[in-house]
Amino acid sequence: MLIREIKDILEAKVLCGEDLLDTEVKSACGSDLMSDVLAFVKEQSVLLTGLMNPQVVRTADMMDMRCIVFVRGKEPEQSVVELARQRDIVMMTTAQRMFVACGKLYSAGLVGNS
Amino acid sequence: MEKLKLHYDVDGEDFTSAGEASTDVKRVLRRLGFDSDTMRRVAICMYEGEINLVIHGGGGVADVEVDENEIVIVLVDHGPGIPDVEQAMQEGWSTASQTVRELGFGAGMGLPNMKRYSDEIAIESTVGEGTTVTMKIRPAG
Ligand SMILES: Nc1ncnc2c1ncn2[C@@H]1O[C@H](COP(=O)(O)OP(=O)(O)OP(=O)(O)O)[C@@H](O)[C@H]1O
Ligand SMILES: [Mg+2]
Repeated sequence: MLIREIKDILEAKVLCGEDLLDTEVKSACGSDLMSDVLAFVKEQSVLLTGLMNPQVVRTADMMDMRCIVFVRGKEPEQSVVELARQRDIVMMTTAQRMFVACGKLYSAGLVGNS
Repeated sequence: MEKLKLHYDVDGEDFTSAGEASTDVKRVLRRLGFDSDTMRRVAICMYEGEINLVIHGGGGVADVEVDENEIVIVLVDHGPGIPDVEQAMQEGWSTASQTVRELGFGAGMGLPNMKRYSDEIAIESTVGEGTTVTMKIRPAG
């Protein structure tokens, strides 16, 4: 799936990385606990979360993730967006709630890791 | 490859900058051409350790030695120490405050993750004196 499709499926607003929307991603992870995200060494490309601090971006960066989606319409401070921009991570926000956002992406073919 | 030594002071007061040392280590490993699996294992161990240094240890120092066969991470703090290391290593055990949980930490998964993704881990801790965590990660093959 392309990051662009995630944007369309979730009717999301892109906060940074507009030029990286054609990046291919295969798997995703939805969590508000960073150690949950860090528990899987396998490739995960998209992080859905309700948290908005700089550690979300650092966690994604540690795991080589390409895209962060904030659920429930949350928008972080500009400094957090800037951190993502510097790391070539696409950041977007959707009005959908976590369960619904994950469900839509899963049905559309994005997989999780177990 | 000659052994490379990296040193970082980790501020215990500033949660916002927690993870900067880990970010730098990852950048160095990428430049040296390590494979992505090794890089990610080092990143997980270093980042979990660095966050613990900040939220539990009150800050400290991180030393990382890199050569092609082994990456050694040593994290030292002079915080409260861990009364029962075995208990702290259990999945789900955490003494993190509500504030820390709201920031996305405190699942009690940090030390288990560090154990899982390092080849060796040693924790020395004395209550009232501090904690030293040493991890070794070897690239596969
Ligand atoms: N450097 C340290 N100094 C003092 N106590 C520590 C230190 N590192 C870990 N601990 C103790 O061990 C517990 C377990 O640590 P662990 O990293 O596994 O979980 P956590 O930090 O609470 O949550 P998570 O890492 O999932 O965000 C901590 O809650 C804390 O009580
Ligand atoms: Mg921890």
